[in-house]
Amino acid sequence: MSDFTSSFWPIFITVISLAGVLGCALLLWVTSKIKASSPSGDNTNGHVWDETLREMNNPLPRWWVWMFIITIVFSLFYFAAYPSLATYEGKLGWSQVGQYEQEMATANKTIAPLYAKFTAMPVEELANNAEAHAIGERLFMNNCAQCHGSDAHGSKGFPNLTDHDWIYGGSPETIQETITNGRIGMMPPMASAVGSDDDVKNVSNYVLSLSGSNHDAARAVLGKEKFASCAACHGADGKGNQAIGALNLTDDIWLHGAGEAAIIKRINEGKTNQMPAQNAKFSPEQIHVLAAYVWGLSNNAATSNVAQETAQ
Amino acid sequence: MTEKQNPTELTGTVNAISEAVVINLYAAADKIYPRSTFGFFTKWRWVTIWLTQLFFYGIPWIEWGSRQALLFDLEARRFYIFNLVLYPQDLIYLTAILIISALSLFLFTAIAGRLWCGYACPQTVYTEIFLWIEAKIEGDRAARMKLDDAPMSSKKLLKKGSKHAAWIVFALWTGFTFVGYFSPIRELGASVIGNSLGPWETFWIGFYGFATYGNAGFMREQVCKYMCPYARFQSAMFDDDTLIVTYDEARGEPRGNRSRKADISNQNLGACIDCSMCVQVCPTGIDIRKGLQYECIGCGACADVCDTVMDKMGYERGLVKYSTQNAVNKGWSQKQVLRHIMRPRVIIYAGILIFLVAGLLTSLWLRSSFRVDVVRDRGVMARLATGGMLENVYRLQIMNATETTQHYQLSATGINNLVIESDVATKDKTVTVNPADSRWIPVRLQIPDGSMASGSHKVQFEVKSMDSKESVIEKSVFLVPR
Repeated sequence: MSDFTSSFWPIFITVISLAGVLGCALLLWVTSKIKASSPSGDNTNGHVWDETLREMNNPLPRWWVWMFIITIVFSLFYFAAYPSLATYEGKLGWSQVGQYEQEMATANKTIAPLYAKFTAMPVEELANNAEAHAIGERLFMNNCAQCHGSDAHGSKGFPNLTDHDWIYGGSPETIQETITNGRIGMMPPMASAVGSDDDVKNVSNYVLSLSGSNHDAARAVLGKEKFASCAACHGADGKGNQAIGALNLTDDIWLHGAGEAAIIKRINEGKTNQMPAQNAKFSPEQIHVLAAYVWGLSNNAATSNVAQETAQ
Repeated sequence: MTEKQNPTELTGTVNAISEAVVINLYAAADKIYPRSTFGFFTKWRWVTIWLTQLFFYGIPWIEWGSRQALLFDLEARRFYIFNLVLYPQDLIYLTAILIISALSLFLFTAIAGRLWCGYACPQTVYTEIFLWIEAKIEGDRAARMKLDDAPMSSKKLLKKGSKHAAWIVFALWTGFTFVGYFSPIRELGASVIGNSLGPWETFWIGFYGFATYGNAGFMREQVCKYMCPYARFQSAMFDDDTLIVTYDEARGEPRGNRSRKADISNQNLGACIDCSMCVQVCPTGIDIRKGLQYECIGCGACADVCDTVMDKMGYERGLVKYSTQNAVNKGWSQKQVLRHIMRPRVIIYAGILIFLVAGLLTSLWLRSSFRVDVVRDRGVMARLATGGMLENVYRLQIMNATETTQHYQLSATGINNLVIESDVATKDKTVTVNPADSRWIPVRLQIPDGSMASGSHKVQFEVKSMDSKESVIEKSVFLVPR
C-alpha cells in the first residue's frame, strides 16, 4: 500500500530506481565496448599538460566490473522481493508494520517469563521486589511522570500518588483498574443549585472550614445549609465518595487549587478531569507491575532505597 | 591517472614502440606472487606484525578484576578499558583518539612515508601473514607460479586445499577474537565449543572471518590500490625531505646484466644489474626503479632484496634505500637527512599532536568517577506543597563509572532557603547507585512561597560521592510562576 497521497511519488521512485539500474548496466556495456587508443603505444592516451604531464590509461580491474554486475542482479531480485516499485508489495510480503509487530512479538516473548513470575505475586509482595520495583519505576518515568511528575507528587489537576488521599480508592485492585481503564471525574457547575454569588462564597468558606483552612467563620455558618446540594456527591460530612470519584474536602489537599477563589471557580464552572486509559499501551502483566509500584509509593516509604540495597 | 615521466625513459619507450596501440578500459588484475625476503626491513616488519597481532589476539584474554580488561558491552552501553568505565556520554574520548590517530598518521607520513601501510595496517599485516602461510604450504614465488600453471592434480588439490583450510581457520580465529572485544571472550569460547552461539555472534564471527579471508587471501594489494582512501591522500603529505623507498637512479643507470667479475668502470653500465628481484618481491607488483608511485606501501622489501644482490655482486649496498628525494638528488649523508626531519610541517603536526595527547590524558586524569545529568520536569512547572513551600521537580541521572556501589549526597544552592527533598533518598539526602549503573533520582527543590520574584532563577545541584569525596556540580533553573 502506498502511503503517499499523490500518485506522482510512486511513479517518481519507480522511474528513478529503474533508470538508475538500467543506466548503470548501459554504462558498463558501453564502456566495455570502447577501445581507447594510445598513439605513442606506451599506455598513455596522447593527452599532454604542462609540457611533460601525460595521461596514462589506468584500467579498472575487472573484479570491480563484476561487483557492478552483482549489484545490478541484486537490485533486480530486491525489486521483486520487497515493496520497491510503485505500489507493488513484493514477493516476500515484507512491510515496516509487519517487521515492527514481529519484533514486538519477539520482545514480548522474551519478557513473558519475567512478567509471569510477577503476575503470580500479589501487589503487596511485588512492591517489595527489587526487580519489579526497577521495572515499575522505568514504566512510571516513561509513561506516567509527564503528568504526575517524576516524583509522583502530581501538580494542579494531576493527583499526588504518594499520599493516602485516593480519589477512587487506593487498594491494589482499584489502582490496577484506574491504570487499565482510566478515569473521568466530572463535577457539574453548581452555581445555580447553590444560589447567588454570595451563597457561593459562603459555601466556599464552609468547604474551607471542613479542613480547618483559613476561612470566614460567619460565612461558613451561612454556607453550611447551601452545602446540601454538594452533599449528594461529596457526602454530608464532605468526605467525598470514592465510588464516583468525588473529592474529599476535609483534608488539606486541593487538587484544583487551594483558597477561596479557586473553590468559587470550581463551584461556578465545574470541572471535568480525565486520566486516559492505559490498556492499549500496556499488557495486563505490565499494569500489574506498575500498580505495585504506584501502590508502593504510599505504602512503602523507604521502598526505593531498600530495593536498591537488596538488588545488589 | 597522470604521472610525471622521466624524459630519458620516455624517449626510449617511444622509440621502441611507435605505432598506436589499442588500450582497454577494463583489465583483469594480474595475480602477484611476492618472493620472500630477508633483511633489515623484513625483520622490522615481522616485529611490528608480532606486536600488533599479540596485542589484537591477546588483549581480550586479559582479565581485570572480575571482568575482561577490554570489553565494549554494546548491549549495556558500557565500555570497559582496564579500570575505566566509559558511558556513551564519553564519546568525546573516542573523538579525541580518532583525531590523535589521524594526526599521528600525518606526522609519521611526513617524516617517513607510508609507515602505517607497510608496518601496521591490518590489510598489509594480514596479507603478510597469509603470504607466509601460503609460502609454507605452496612454496616460494617460483613454486607458486608453477603450481598455479599446472593442471589440477591430487597433489595440487591437496596443497591448495590445505592452504585454504589454514587460511579459513586463521580467519575464523580472527573473527572470533574480534567479537571477543564485544562479547566476553571466555564465555564466547564456551559457546563455540558448546555450539550455542547467538545469531549475531555467529554472523559477526563469520563476517569478520570472511573479510579477513577475502581481503588477505585474494584482494590483497587491490584494496590498497583501488579502495583505500589513505593510500591516495598520504602522497599529499610527502615532500622532498620525506623518507621514502627510493632508487638511486644516478648510480643505477644505465642498467644491464653483466658477469659478476666484469669490471664496469669502462663499460656504459650503472650498478643496477636488472635482475628484477625488486619487482619480484614487491607485494603491490610495482617497479621501484620508476620512482615513487602511489601503489608503494613503503614496506622496504625491494631495499632488502637489492642489498642482498649488491652483496653478491660485491657492490656497495643502498641502490634501493630508505632515503629522501633531496638526499638522493643532492647526495646528502645520513646526518644531513636526519637534520632535515625538523621542518615546519613536522613541527606543526607534532605540536598539535602533543597538545591533543596532553589534553586527552589530563581530561582522563581529571575525569570524575561519576556523571550527573539534570532534567527539569516539563509537565510540572511549579507547584505549591504543604507548609507554604513552592516546589520544582527535577530528575537527576547519576551515572556511576566505578565498579563498586556508591553513595551520593545531594544538595542544591543558588537561592536562599533552598530545600532539597527526594522520596528515594535517605534522611541525609543520600542515594545509592549500583556498580557501573545509572539511576534516575526524582528530586524536589522547595523555597518558601513568595520569597522570590516570579521568573527563572539559577540553581546548582551538587552531587558528592560519599566514597571518593569527589563532587560534580550541574546547573539548572528554578521557576517561580506569576
